[in-house]
Amino acid sequence: MNKLNLDDKKIAQARKYARNVAEDTQNFIDRHTTVAIERSVCRLLGIDGVDSVGVPLPNVVVEHLVESGLIGVGAAIPLGAAMEKWSLSPQEVAEKIGEGELDLSEIKLEKANKISEKIQKLAETAVNQIKSNRNRRTELLAKYGDKETPLLYVIVASGNIYEDVTQAVAAAKQGADVIAVIRSTGQSLLDYVPHGATTEGFGGTYATRENFRIMRAALDEVGEKLGRYIRLCNYASGLCMPEIAVLGALERLDIMLNDAFYGILFRDINPERTLIDQSFSRQINGFAGIIINTGEDNYLTTADAIEEAHTVLTSQFLNEQFALMAGLPEEQMGLGHAFEIDPSVTNGFLYELAQAQMAREIFPKAPLKYMPPTKFMTGDIFRGMVQNALFNMVTVTTGQRIHLLGMLTEAIHTPFMSDRALSIDNAEYIFNTMKDFGDEIIFRENGKIYSRAHKVLDEACELLAEIEQNKLFATLEKGIFAGVKRKRDGGKGREGVFEKSADYFNPFPNLLNKS
Amino acid sequence: MIIKPYGDTLEDGKIQVSFVLPVADDERGREAAAILARKMGLEDVNVAHAKGLDTGFTFYVVYGSSVHDVDYGAIEVKAAVENVMDMGEVNEFIKAKIGRKVVMVGASTGTDAHTVGIDAIMNMKGFAGHYGLERYEMIEAYNLGSQVKNYEFIQQAKAVNADVLLVSQTVTQKDVHVANLTELVEMLEADGLRERVVLVCGGPRISNELAKELGYDAGFGQGKYSEDVASFAVQEIVQRKLI
Repeated sequence: MNKLNLDDKKIAQARKYARNVAEDTQNFIDRHTTVAIERSVCRLLGIDGVDSVGVPLPNVVVEHLVESGLIGVGAAIPLGAAMEKWSLSPQEVAEKIGEGELDLSEIKLEKANKISEKIQKLAETAVNQIKSNRNRRTELLAKYGDKETPLLYVIVASGNIYEDVTQAVAAAKQGADVIAVIRSTGQSLLDYVPHGATTEGFGGTYATRENFRIMRAALDEVGEKLGRYIRLCNYASGLCMPEIAVLGALERLDIMLNDAFYGILFRDINPERTLIDQSFSRQINGFAGIIINTGEDNYLTTADAIEEAHTVLTSQFLNEQFALMAGLPEEQMGLGHAFEIDPSVTNGFLYELAQAQMAREIFPKAPLKYMPPTKFMTGDIFRGMVQNALFNMVTVTTGQRIHLLGMLTEAIHTPFMSDRALSIDNAEYIFNTMKDFGDEIIFRENGKIYSRAHKVLDEACELLAEIEQNKLFATLEKGIFAGVKRKRDGGKGREGVFEKSADYFNPFPNLLNKS
Repeated sequence: MIIKPYGDTLEDGKIQVSFVLPVADDERGREAAAILARKMGLEDVNVAHAKGLDTGFTFYVVYGSSVHDVDYGAIEVKAAVENVMDMGEVNEFIKAKIGRKVVMVGASTGTDAHTVGIDAIMNMKGFAGHYGLERYEMIEAYNLGSQVKNYEFIQQAKAVNADVLLVSQTVTQKDVHVANLTELVEMLEADGLRERVVLVCGGPRISNELAKELGYDAGFGQGKYSEDVASFAVQEIVQRKLI
């Protein structure tokens, strides 16, 4: 599938720059931990639930570690020591800390290798549970057979998980392959994961373990009836990025939004915090067989899709390298891009085709995620259908994998059941009537599509060279991506970043690597 | 002048509606759709399309003629701004009548993560060929982005001595925007700042009427661009002698 005759050497060069940027940043990442990572460790070790005033117990434990000055060694060692000393489970330790009955600073921390046995066992149990979820997914996909044409991805966003289930089940019956439960607006800035089933949310539904479980069960049930595996998607992003990844791994989600830069750029989350968090969250996602979706499409909602196309490709290269660093294979990299060129641009469709084909050729193994028009959707729903039809054509022609369906009412409201059905019909019609169109066409050498792709690759390669020179943090401060500038020490959640002490211990990275 | 919707003949009253009913796709469901359409004031009802979406949900497209009409001449609408100037005229107006740069601070406030609205009004590039406020020579524009808390918004506005505050709200589910917009007005009043600034809100579901009801000077909905907002703000500054 090489229609653009892109220069392999240039692609390799771009990858090398991106690799160097990622390696340089990884040095910093490896020396630090965050409150969110330690809460993830707590959750993996079985700590769940809330205290008497509703604070999630992983937060109780980690705040206690911060206050006691123990956060630098990580959660695993103090929890192990407390288990040993008082013969308690991690959950009981957490509960007692919550009740003020237990103070971890009282215990003498022993050497990690001596006490890690109990912790190691619990850690292995958690890893095995994730592994069995992964196997279960593989089994179900084998049983039903996986779809070869693009996966139809729709969102539900009612705010009420039970209402979401009704809509998701209906969407699955209409043909949706992926259900994404949009989170309540503002959840990305919560430094805790809410608990239990929720029925109130704004613009979406809270991501909680129980909500994950409810939707998973509903999709498995309807999937069995339909003889199809329905994938479930959520958002491992924001201040709880690794924690959500853990909950998704434990409840067998299939796809997670999980970008190395999105939170920095679009949620003003501290750059250090985000980069450290993305690393651990991707280790989890990688091991769990979860496809990550990166958020490059968002760049084009604030920056111009023609002028800034190369920043999308640049970010895809960087996201790829950061993901590889965390052990996440290419087959799980749903690198993102979007159909966001101004409809009034002459030959805009050709440029969209060029960008999509280019991404396909540069990242041949990646299940690319392609986002529909949003920025130029208006209240004219009839024109909206046409815009979405053009978007559908690009997907089927260039073999995008995860196809986020455009809604004709994008600019008006969160989708009605009928909006979703109309967009599924639109996509199925086009995917069927144009099924092998991509195999039948070639692009004229030095024509508009061909030249456009070459130009974008050239510009991305130049930009990556510049980022390699300046390093990543300085690049973010300069506003290269999405026209947004972020200071290294600015943004939300900086106070949750800690340097690891010499005896820091987290049992999971090793286990995840080994298995 | 009395008017009705226009299909292809004056006063034919033709209307199309589409909706979902929580029933199966059968004759009874179609009849339910037709009855509903008649209750909405349609006659000559034609249920043109019905499609089951799930066992208990069906989508209908219905055509009919409206029995209602509207007395067009009797309508009074108060637009936020009568005299819309273009970018050059706004700059000239500021130079002539205010004599210094006007400071405008904008943000998508509260939990709202959408920047599309505030960006369309403020960013250099603007939207659909309408340059944003950042491009206006006589306007000093600060776009604070999204998820800015009301308290922070006020602090930032004070720090740059803002003349005009622009609040964007995109998410309106369950009226979350109303609570947030109201909170800002209350905080500004408590701070003694309300009378000293021009306060404007905007978003796809915001009307001038709603804005005024909530204590804003004006509101801008769909189809409004930076020149609408700027024209209103600078004229309001002069009118209220906030120079």
